[in-house]
Amino acid sequence: MSDIILEMINITKTFPGVKALSNVNLKVKQGEIHALVGENGAGKSTLMKVLSGVYPYGSYSGEIMFQNKLCEFKNIKQSEYLGIVIIHQELALIPFLSIAENIFLGNERSKHGIVDWNETTKRTIELLKKVGLNESPKTLIANIGVGKQQLVEIAKALSKEVKLLILDEPTAALNEEDSQNLVDLIAELKSQGITSILISHKLNEISKIADSITILRDGATIETLDTKNDNISVDRIIKGMVGRDLVHRYPPRESDIGEIGFEVKDWTAYHPISSERKVCDNVNINVRKGEVVGIAGLMGAGRTELAMSIFGKSYGKRINGEIYIDGKEVHLNNVNKAIKNGLAYVTEDRKEYGLILIDHIKGNISLANLNRISKSGIVNQNEEIVHSENLRKKLNIKCSGILQKTGNLSGGNQQKVVLSKWIFTEPEILIMDEPTRGIDVGAKYEIYTIINQLVKEKKGILIISSELPELLGMCDRIYVMNAGKILGELSAKEASQEKIMELIMKQGQGV
Amino acid sequence: MGSLYKLFKENITQYSMVIALVGIMIFFQITSHGILLKPLNITNLILQNSYILILAMGMLLVIVAFQIDLSVGSVAAVVGALAGIMIINNHMPVALGIIISLLLGALIGAFQGFWIAYVRIPAFITTLAGMLIFRGLTYVSLKGTSIAPFPSSFQKMSTGFIPDFFNGQGLHITTVVIGLILTALYVLYEIRKRRTQIKYDFEVLPKGLLVVKILLIVIVLNLFFYVLAIYKGIPNVLVLLLVLIAFYTFITTKTTLGRHIYALGGNEKAARLSGVKTQQVIFMVFVNMGILAALSGLVFAARLNSATPNAGSNFELDAIAACFIGGASTAGGIGTIMGAIIGGLVMGVMNNGMSLIGVGIDWQQTIKGLVLLIAVAFDVYSKSKSA
Repeated sequence: MSDIILEMINITKTFPGVKALSNVNLKVKQGEIHALVGENGAGKSTLMKVLSGVYPYGSYSGEIMFQNKLCEFKNIKQSEYLGIVIIHQELALIPFLSIAENIFLGNERSKHGIVDWNETTKRTIELLKKVGLNESPKTLIANIGVGKQQLVEIAKALSKEVKLLILDEPTAALNEEDSQNLVDLIAELKSQGITSILISHKLNEISKIADSITILRDGATIETLDTKNDNISVDRIIKGMVGRDLVHRYPPRESDIGEIGFEVKDWTAYHPISSERKVCDNVNINVRKGEVVGIAGLMGAGRTELAMSIFGKSYGKRINGEIYIDGKEVHLNNVNKAIKNGLAYVTEDRKEYGLILIDHIKGNISLANLNRISKSGIVNQNEEIVHSENLRKKLNIKCSGILQKTGNLSGGNQQKVVLSKWIFTEPEILIMDEPTRGIDVGAKYEIYTIINQLVKEKKGILIISSELPELLGMCDRIYVMNAGKILGELSAKEASQEKIMELIMKQGQGV
Repeated sequence: MGSLYKLFKENITQYSMVIALVGIMIFFQITSHGILLKPLNITNLILQNSYILILAMGMLLVIVAFQIDLSVGSVAAVVGALAGIMIINNHMPVALGIIISLLLGALIGAFQGFWIAYVRIPAFITTLAGMLIFRGLTYVSLKGTSIAPFPSSFQKMSTGFIPDFFNGQGLHITTVVIGLILTALYVLYEIRKRRTQIKYDFEVLPKGLLVVKILLIVIVLNLFFYVLAIYKGIPNVLVLLLVLIAFYTFITTKTTLGRHIYALGGNEKAARLSGVKTQQVIFMVFVNMGILAALSGLVFAARLNSATPNAGSNFELDAIAACFIGGASTAGGIGTIMGAIIGGLVMGVMNNGMSLIGVGIDWQQTIKGLVLLIAVAFDVYSKSKSA
């Protein structure tokens, strides 16, 4: 057993209302590159957070054996001490500190609290050489690209005598060339005896570089594939990632689809800061009355950007294109106009963009359409209570009353408040961005039921979701989006997870 | 009893400051051997604190919108100076001078609001600059000296009392009558509120409890007006204050604009995506602050009966402290007009009380600073506990 560096046995981790991991097993051999794949929400990141001590010992059940020793990490420091270093998807570098300062942050080369800059610089130069980064140690992080920042992260990991390096989506934000460099570096580190766990969505990359692949689905280990013995194709991996029982997770709906109620034509928007980057590239979509339309795509495909740029130009610059509601062109130059024209946008991040957490349920529900209950600018608070109370009952928001602060509600109930808020605006078209992210299965079912109710009232629904099963279970039609472009359109009948993945991956390979 | 406890628990921060205010008043009433609550001193308290209370109301909106305004003292000074120049030096009619002064305040507020809302310069920086700019302009316009005296009609704004139509001897009967009228209005309001609540099928306070609440408020109200009546009656500036309190309480609790200010301070991004015109609202809040700063400057000049270069110094700090002592949140989105008024009164009574018992100005500052710190610490603590 000595060639096994890490073994995670029967790891179970529950969040209030959700089982994020159930009896997950992971075995990593000494000196290999072990890929961890699965859909968004399959539990990859949670598993790695358990391993690195972000979720401390005691908050999960199961055992972690590292180098044949039982580990009970209470925090990240303890796992790092043993040589387990995790590089997160969102880089943890300080932009206005130099490369050298970042590498030794929290781990400064110092004597009696005084930093030894010569030693720091010397060690940094060594480390940068190791990762193949040709930059001065004094360069500020803010002045180098994402690809190089990724290398600095790895150098930082190496400075800690890393034995097991965990990379969470390291190439997601990189272009082809930088990705290739990074993959080469991981292979190079392997030859120096460093074991890596690689979490990635880029399956073609994984099938090339990984020695073994563990597939997670719905918080459980599905299988571990050995790439040396079997010839593993991308299709084979996708098959493992998807293919689950969809029965009874989605309430049935009788669809009665009407004419086109909402149409976006030739929609192009540019990134607000790097103004040459197109976040939406000539997008054409439409939604019929009484229809649920989905937009599938990986994170960063430009779906949220598309939705926000449509919704009163809340995102992006130099927005160009046409929007038609009931066949008439409308110009939605601000959020107010969008709301008045019957558009609602249920935001992706309910805490940051959806709710006033310090305000009660009532105030949140009425906020987007105060005029409905106001006369010459004066709010009729009795009407407000009546409406809020009705919506609370209709959507089954579990709370002590409509005066409860939304910050104290569970995720599912918060989401219902956000939905109530938009239902209160009496919209014709609802754009829902990740409507069920981070909420438990029961609440999801309730949200789906609400969606079906809205469809019955002949509203058009546009769902953006990273959970493919959700789109397949709920939508009449699915657009597939990547890199700001609509790659294709699938009807409910022809759509499958394999087909959607294929569309995305093919384009990914083509570039 | 259960509902009384619930009522108390839900409004603990609101009530805790009222309780603190009452406690402080009792303390100084005893230590000053009964001088604090003498009719003359009560009237003085109102006159002394009126300009801070006016500022505190504007500042509350600013703080609820998660902004800050450090310039109000300087703005009050520059407007007071310009009013002096217009009314004293150029013999402008008083009413016209006041109107122009208020417009000037609005203009200054618009100037700062423009930088904050549309150019997105942080309010702290913009109003810090404003604090220097308008203090400097005060010195420039007054050439470093004071101008005095104002015509008596202008002074009346701060130092006058409403006339007694009944010619009471030793008792200002009009004041008592106004107290009774307000009592009647208040009782009517409570009864109407209860009726609509029942009409809408809402939960209402138990009848007994409501009667106790109404009785308590009626007694305090009438006692207050009776005390004023023993001296010279209702000061003009109190009328102004009451109108402003009613107006801004109405704005903050009953209007869409008020809701938008609270939503903006609670979560600007969510408010914007809910259709709140955030930039416009921030701009309006600063225009309003400018007008109130101007009004405060006028009231102060009228009380001093002169326009002086050092008018209004440290007003901003008192106004900000009043809001925070009154339960406004440093993170925006929380705060009430009544809270700010009570916070202002806590500071005012402490100033007055400490002077009465002979605490030096040096210790006064220290103690006031500690009170502010403790009040905000209490706020942070109670919030972290409820979260």
